[in-house]
Amino acid sequence: MGEVFRPKNSDEVSSAVKDALNMKASLELFGQGTRRSLGRPVKADASLDMSALTGVQMYEPEELVMVVAPGTPMREISQVLIEHNQQLAFEPPDYGPLWGLPADKGTVGGMIMTGRNGPRRLSAGGVRDYVLGVKGVNGFGELFVSGGRVVKNVTGFDLPKILTGSFGTLCAATEITLKLLPLPPEAATLVVSGLKDGQAVAAMTRVLTETSIPVSSAAHLPAEIAKLSRVDSISARQNSATLLRVEGFGPSVESGIQGLKKVFGSLSDMFVLDKAETQQLWKEVTNASFFIQTEKPIWKLSVPPSEAAAIMSKLGKGLTTQYFYDWAGGAIWIEAPASEDAGEAAIRGTLDSVVVGDGHATLIRASEEVRANIAPFHPLSPVLAAVEDRLRKQFDPQGMFNPGRMYGVRNAN
Amino acid sequence: MPAADAAIIGRRKEFVAELRKMVPGEGVIDDDASLAAYECDGLMAYRQRPLAVVLPETVEQVSQVLGYCHREGLKVVPRGSGTSLSGGALPLADGIVMAMGKFNKILEVDYANRCAVVQPCVTNAAVTERVTSEGFYYAPDPSSQIICSIGGNVAENAGGVHCLKYGTTSNNILGLQMVLMDGSVVRMGGKHLDAQSLDMLGLICGSEGLLGVVTEITVRVLRTPETQRALLLGFSDVESAGACVAKVIAEGVVPAAMEIMDRTAIHAAEAFVKVGYPLDVEALLLIEFDGSPVEVDHFIAMVNEIAKKAGAVSSQQSNSEEERKNFWAGRKAAFPAIGKISPDYYCMDGTIPRSKLPQALRKISELSDEFGLEVANVFHAGDGNLHPMVLYNADKDGDLEKAEQFGAAILTLCVELGGVLTGEHGVGVEKRDLMEVQFTEADLDQQLRVKCVFDDQGLLNPGKVFPKLRRCAEGGKMHVHHGELRFPDIERY
Ligand SMILES: Cc1cc2nc3c(=O)[nH]c(=O)nc-3n(C[C@H](O)[C@H](O)[C@H](O)COP(=O)(O)OP(=O)(O)OC[C@H]3O[C@@H](n4cnc5c(N)ncnc54)[C@H](O)[C@@H]3O)c2cc1C
Repeated sequence: MGEVFRPKNSDEVSSAVKDALNMKASLELFGQGTRRSLGRPVKADASLDMSALTGVQMYEPEELVMVVAPGTPMREISQVLIEHNQQLAFEPPDYGPLWGLPADKGTVGGMIMTGRNGPRRLSAGGVRDYVLGVKGVNGFGELFVSGGRVVKNVTGFDLPKILTGSFGTLCAATEITLKLLPLPPEAATLVVSGLKDGQAVAAMTRVLTETSIPVSSAAHLPAEIAKLSRVDSISARQNSATLLRVEGFGPSVESGIQGLKKVFGSLSDMFVLDKAETQQLWKEVTNASFFIQTEKPIWKLSVPPSEAAAIMSKLGKGLTTQYFYDWAGGAIWIEAPASEDAGEAAIRGTLDSVVVGDGHATLIRASEEVRANIAPFHPLSPVLAAVEDRLRKQFDPQGMFNPGRMYGVRNAN
Repeated sequence: MPAADAAIIGRRKEFVAELRKMVPGEGVIDDDASLAAYECDGLMAYRQRPLAVVLPETVEQVSQVLGYCHREGLKVVPRGSGTSLSGGALPLADGIVMAMGKFNKILEVDYANRCAVVQPCVTNAAVTERVTSEGFYYAPDPSSQIICSIGGNVAENAGGVHCLKYGTTSNNILGLQMVLMDGSVVRMGGKHLDAQSLDMLGLICGSEGLLGVVTEITVRVLRTPETQRALLLGFSDVESAGACVAKVIAEGVVPAAMEIMDRTAIHAAEAFVKVGYPLDVEALLLIEFDGSPVEVDHFIAMVNEIAKKAGAVSSQQSNSEEERKNFWAGRKAAFPAIGKISPDYYCMDGTIPRSKLPQALRKISELSDEFGLEVANVFHAGDGNLHPMVLYNADKDGDLEKAEQFGAAILTLCVELGGVLTGEHGVGVEKRDLMEVQFTEADLDQQLRVKCVFDDQGLLNPGKVFPKLRRCAEGGKMHVHHGELRFPDIERY
């Protein structure tokens, strides 16, 4: 790795980028570097370390809005929000421990640019739904503003949407405006024990389609995964656990849980987790903590929820028994056996044959070598790939930012 | 608008003949009488007869027509139901209108995945109608919902009164199919929740027909809430109503909708629909809750308390569907009601940070004196989206110009207060020349580069959104200065 630029403000970012342009150098862009394990390893001529751009620049709780510098540690943001009973509603995951790093590290810029969503994606939306504005420096070295600080805004193209989750391949973000929501005061989870995959997906679907109970998240842990939970009542049963979370003010949570119990009827084996257990368990789901103990490859699939069990049954228990469902089936987490392709052929092949063009598999954990050789992001259709390629060039003509991190240039060898 | 190209206009007959080969029968309109129906959209002050109108019926036809126009350098304006309030669908003298009216089918309803796949000219309300019997609805609810199309909603990222809780169109679509200007067909998203790579779906939403013609949309449908109830709160000044909104949010409550009307709007609405609005207040705050009965009761009680402390001078709560609808009837009739008290009105759509509401209203009232035109205010208070209506008389010389200047001053004010030019109606032609108030040249340049990605010749809906287009070179120009590092003072290690 060559030179490291560590700008302290947006002018310095712009200068650094212009210098890199002059030198025809590529840049690896990072905050604390805690999310390097997502996507392809980047081999760049120099580094652009964004961690010196820090601070909450504006926070107006009654407006539900916050402006932050990208290098601000997530931990700091979480603390400020908790003091005001507010939150990032999409439940930003912390995969640090999955990658063998300490928990609770990383910057807000890294979180936004890697665009990963937690269990509440089902009800509250994803990162992209909470990024109102982004200021950044493009690959021309120009500082530009996109979006704004208000929720209702259709002025010009919605660039914050494509910048979110762009893995630092479009611009170096220097300021991010986030929409916040109040923290629900109460939470509880109804756990149904012993359902098989197909039954569990059907049950979650039934709750979401046949009732108006405001379930904020729905997941299913097969027995093999449930027993790894640190929540005793889940692991002790040695059985699968279907989880339905309700959050809000006391009366809403209570009536929601009562409603859920009615759906399943007295024949089901079910129990309720209180707020503390609910928080603990959903943190495990959010961070896929069940896979911390191993170093095997991990995939996250995004599929039409109703197809989840069919995909897993076709994939067969031969590949792995370590997997679970989130988003009522819309997300499948799979731990694959360590192999040259990390199970890519089997997983993507099965997915593509069951949902035909409607879903994708992203590699969340694998060795650097594996990630250099297989595509961490699901291959795009040729037309879309061409559009993306042109889009990247219009932000970054020289392909300077994080070359190859998502698609394109391979850095292996 | 960009000057019309006489050479293109001169080739009209040839274009029509060629287009008829692609879209046979009634699919190409070129007679003056029929073209008149397409002269304008909801922004009626602007009119233009297009060269021709094409009404494709299949994606294949859309692709052929766009590919042809791309080769011939013929401009295209996509059109849904033509309700845009910003002139987004305003035709061009030297371009065709691609009217999507025949794409009016709901292709699939998939309850298990809580979504529906629709063609772009299905109306917004038709989606909800179709899924109501199964207990579902489509959340974004622009007031134009019985006419406006889902494709138009996607293009404008349309909102509605309930987007405070449920988001705008962008937050409620999962996938789409689109035809690019060169005729290529592309799909993004589907019934799954997360973007595969870059969030193209998010970019297309709100792109005002400048990036592609949308031919299919997968929308999320939600379970209809068990109950809806509303509170109607009166205040003796608009500021207190605004402050009450902030307090509700500060207490951790996000209602389904929060709307404010000022005195002029209240009186106009009451005279028009007679729903029993209190007439001795300066502002009405309408707050709606939805969810389980227990939850809604809880919120009603809680917010009533908050409102009392915030100085509400009257409070009514709906105890039946009829009452709730009554509360809304006045708000929903605000626009036609204003039409009754004034020959013409000009509706603005800026958004401001909510805390700036008092400041904004004071300034708008000063501007009203300055321009000598009355103004009525309704707004989506929960998200700071203002809809000031400037009252004027088009028959009076200079009144329209004055109204437009007043409108521009209001929007400039919104930007000065930290807000934006448009919250839901789009930039179109109407606010195009104000874009520079909100954005720098570099900001606009980056957006224009994105335009180049999809439409390298600037043929798709030109003259909208951007004051001028840029030439598209792949990668564009670079300002590289060779030599020494110019910024030696940045910390390096
Ligand atoms: C009385 C009234 C009330 C309104 N209330 C609201 C409101 O509450 N909230 C709100 O957000 N808006 C509102 N509007 C504005 C308008 O209804 C919306 O902007 C709506 O989304 C436009 O849909 P449309 O089908 O009429 O689109 P059109 O007017 O036909 O077109 C609008 C834009 O979309 C483009 N377009 C249309 N179809 C396609 C397609 N298939 N592919 C690509 N581009 C396309 C056009 O080129 C144009 O730029 C209101 C309008 C009226 C007249």
